[in-house]
Amino acid sequence: MRYLPHTQADVARMLEAIGVGSIEELFSSIPSRLRLTRELDLPPALDEATLLGHLQELGSKNRTHLAFLGAGIHHHPAPASVDMLLSRAEFYTAYTPYQPEISQGTLQAIFEFQTIVAELFGLDVANASMYDGASACAEAVLMARRLTGRGRVVLARGLHPEYREVCAAYLRGAELGEESRAEAPWLPSGSCDLAALDRLLADDIACVVVQSPNFFGVLEDLDAIAKLAHSRGALAVAVVCEPAAMALARAPGEAGFDLAVGEGLGFCGHTSLGGPGVGLLAARAEHVRALPGRLVGETVDADGQRGYVLTLATREQHIRRERATSNICTNQGLMALAFTIHMCMLGRHGLTRLARINLARAEYARRLLGRLPGYALRFDGPMFNELTLRVPGGSASRCVEALGERGVLPGVPLSRFPSLAVDLGDTLLIGITEAHRKADIDRLASALAEYRG
Amino acid sequence: MMRHREKLIFEHGSPGRTGASLPPAEVPEAEPADVWPANVRRGTEPRLPEVSEVEVTRHFTRLSQWNFFIDAGLYPLGSCTMKYNPKINERVARLAEFASIHPYRPQAEMQGSLEVMWRLERALCEIGGFERVTLQPAAGAHGELCGLMLIVAYHRDRGRRPSKVLIPDSAHGTNPASVSLNHLKVVTLPTGEDGLLHADTVRAACDDDVAALMLTNPSTLGLFEENVAEIAEIVHARGGLVYMDGANFNALMGKLRPGETGVDVMHFNLHKTFTTPHGGGGPGSGPVGVRQALVPFLPTPTVEREGERFRLEFNRPKSVGRLRSFYGNFGMHVRAYTYIREMGAAGLTRATELAVLNANYLRARLKDTYHLPYDRLCMHEVVLSDKTLKRDTGVQTLDVAKRLMDHGFHPPTIYFPLVVPGALMIEPTETETPETLDEFVAAMRSIADEARRDPERVKSAPHEVGMRRLDEARAARNPKLRWRPQGESEG
Amino acid sequence: MREDCPDDLRYTKDHEWARIEGNIATVGITRHAVEQLGDITQVDLPKEGDEVAQATVFGTVESVKAVSDLFAPLTGRVIKVNDPLQDSPEYVNEDPYDEGWMIQIELKDPGELSKLMSAADYVAFLRELESQ
Repeated sequence: MRYLPHTQADVARMLEAIGVGSIEELFSSIPSRLRLTRELDLPPALDEATLLGHLQELGSKNRTHLAFLGAGIHHHPAPASVDMLLSRAEFYTAYTPYQPEISQGTLQAIFEFQTIVAELFGLDVANASMYDGASACAEAVLMARRLTGRGRVVLARGLHPEYREVCAAYLRGAELGEESRAEAPWLPSGSCDLAALDRLLADDIACVVVQSPNFFGVLEDLDAIAKLAHSRGALAVAVVCEPAAMALARAPGEAGFDLAVGEGLGFCGHTSLGGPGVGLLAARAEHVRALPGRLVGETVDADGQRGYVLTLATREQHIRRERATSNICTNQGLMALAFTIHMCMLGRHGLTRLARINLARAEYARRLLGRLPGYALRFDGPMFNELTLRVPGGSASRCVEALGERGVLPGVPLSRFPSLAVDLGDTLLIGITEAHRKADIDRLASALAEYRG
Repeated sequence: MMRHREKLIFEHGSPGRTGASLPPAEVPEAEPADVWPANVRRGTEPRLPEVSEVEVTRHFTRLSQWNFFIDAGLYPLGSCTMKYNPKINERVARLAEFASIHPYRPQAEMQGSLEVMWRLERALCEIGGFERVTLQPAAGAHGELCGLMLIVAYHRDRGRRPSKVLIPDSAHGTNPASVSLNHLKVVTLPTGEDGLLHADTVRAACDDDVAALMLTNPSTLGLFEENVAEIAEIVHARGGLVYMDGANFNALMGKLRPGETGVDVMHFNLHKTFTTPHGGGGPGSGPVGVRQALVPFLPTPTVEREGERFRLEFNRPKSVGRLRSFYGNFGMHVRAYTYIREMGAAGLTRATELAVLNANYLRARLKDTYHLPYDRLCMHEVVLSDKTLKRDTGVQTLDVAKRLMDHGFHPPTIYFPLVVPGALMIEPTETETPETLDEFVAAMRSIADEARRDPERVKSAPHEVGMRRLDEARAARNPKLRWRPQGESEG
Repeated sequence: MREDCPDDLRYTKDHEWARIEGNIATVGITRHAVEQLGDITQVDLPKEGDEVAQATVFGTVESVKAVSDLFAPLTGRVIKVNDPLQDSPEYVNEDPYDEGWMIQIELKDPGELSKLMSAADYVAFLRELESQ
């Protein structure tokens, strides 16, 4: 077997050095009644060619035709250089940089990632990444509870439904049940109802969590929300599922937010069914010791040479154990690297240009689709690259099915999400990026025009 | 290994440069000032680097050259299972049909991916002896969080609220941290003189307020917890459940199925046992296997099969809910599935056998050079300590680790498990040749000799990796966690 | 180094020391504790006015690789805190018995002094630990 190098002679020599007669003897500490007495029932081993053929056959059952999907992941095709660099074994077969003197590559790359994330969000510090945006959001909520000593939270209903579910699961252990979370509704524009938010704020609220651009693509009034939260002693937590927006839209740090989380997967090259992703988490400098996850810091070696190390490890589980800020161990190393390389390739000007193209194409789509007979924009607040469209006939999922036969996936039907199905079952969430050419948008419009419900 | 002193990317470049290649707008430009009110517009542009593609490529290429990695040499970190990462896995994961699928495509359009997930679940159920496996958790620690949530849900469903979790003192820190995240109390159990957890210890600590016992098997000492079945009976008799940390599962494939030893729930680490790449610290994947009683509480959605069709099941009234967005780390699922299909039953079993052979070989050849706290057969890893070395020469585990780097090896795990002071936890894995192990033994012996002749040389290592020891105290006292332009304060 | 245990101080099994002057005790950690911890990176102390009780936790001290609880050697009210330790935790490493002092307590029960060890007793205690 190609990954198992030992010959019979190797094994015999080693058994002799150990002083046992057989490999079986090495397992003698396992009580025999616990031993598996049959071979595992798995399909037979495959050679590489057959193996590849099998996986290609499985892959061929997926469909990859034109799609306008955002809803938490906005795909920005990465240049070829990103995957080539990521495929260097020095990066992907390396482990956590526990021995910094021989891991400066990984460590410096993470330091650069931390800088980029902090810059995007307009905050002071960022960690080495979380599993994904949703779990980062849940951990930010737990962090806010630790920092304020308060138990309950307010989530804007414009927050991604799956992020709300994950927050609920993480809070369930706190024994507050349904009362732990209050939800602020949306206005006809699609943005958060600030008057309602004001009424929900109380002295036991640890934080307000708001997404911008929100799940409907609408940009929120972040300054007003931060002010409201702080006036009642709560922290302000922003969620940014589309980092591209940060080139043009108000950053959480600029607006006075304490914490910001997000999802970087859209910039990592491969969407891969939504995982692995890369959760982004940034904070004001004063909160750094409450941050979960790994942190890389700058220092010097014994000769005064600049270098990087994992630092402030006393926050983490391997030292503080049950008193740790979280149980998280891994970061999303390779995904954070992909995000970093892509952001560096784009750079300041490239990201702004990319964001402007997104805005322009989405504006074009909005005008075109909003004019279609039987269709109407559902929410009309300021938008970046995602829009909500009411379809004729009342069922967005039927619309999706019908257009599937024409090889176009027009968006995500909001009936997919139980918490939105009643109010928004007739609405499509349409995501547009620079990957969608004008011709693609025109094709979407004509496909929709032919669907009458 | 070439080692460049590489500047930060922010220190490269020149104003106005970019490495972007973007399509033309093709539609009229939209000015933020025209379409958005002032209160949603960015004040100052994010200060990303201004560099060309050539500069970015050189920068990250140079950074990569200052890393240690499996493809360069032995990486014997205990409980990390640094085995070879098959390249066919990378090819498969990058097939466009798998790589470019958005999670919100209609299920009919993602049948291939769903089938991969379903098949992986079936394989892990068979390998671990479980009824079902959730593929949602993104890492081992995430799997622990999930497992404990399942246990809490199980008890609540029966109208009970036990608040304690029993954990041996040799456990990895994620275990007690996961307990705290579930608002339960940790009760630490001492391991015996023989390094094992004893039934009497568990019996004495076990009452009706025990929600679960968490066990790593083999333990972090590399020893098989022989009393596991009896311990499970004791816990079950008081209404508790048994959680197994599957970090060391590489010692058990084809030899034992945890689900048949009284374990109710266990997390797998696909990035350890099943070769998905470590990526410099992640991503991992921590699927959780459960026996029948915990199935109703599994996270949502699950993947179900109906004839030739596969679908996501969202309607699960007793589920603990969701632990992350979408469905889990699919990129890792497809790699692990590919590995399992390549190896087959015989291959996986052989992998376990050779992993245990390699670890015992190192034990036999190093036991006379370093202190061996438990002088008996180990499983896939062996724990040594600096007890005799320190006493005789003053040289400690940290020094040995740093000097090993000069010999071209990545050091083993150090100072863990905590129950062995000065621990060196060595896990070679099965993909290492006997020759490589002999070279490692030679290096370890050479360091022990040098410790006697010239201890200062060892204590001041490393000498040959381009960098001296880094000042970690300084990094913690004055945290500098990001680059800032000249003159800007830390905030 | 373990001989570095000033005679005029009293000691606890948790490696804290106390300097008694009338009804006031100045408290810190011993050289032995400092050596066990390594370079100290952070000290978390109570505020002036807080109450502390003998043998219970009043704060934590962190090094790069460890966190240790600080146990009050005596019961009383905190009347002074060594604030410079916030920015310069290294004082504890450099001078644990003087510049590295942590808190001053106004004693509630001077009778508790009998529970503390003399320097000689502490040195003997350390020797016993070493031999284990």
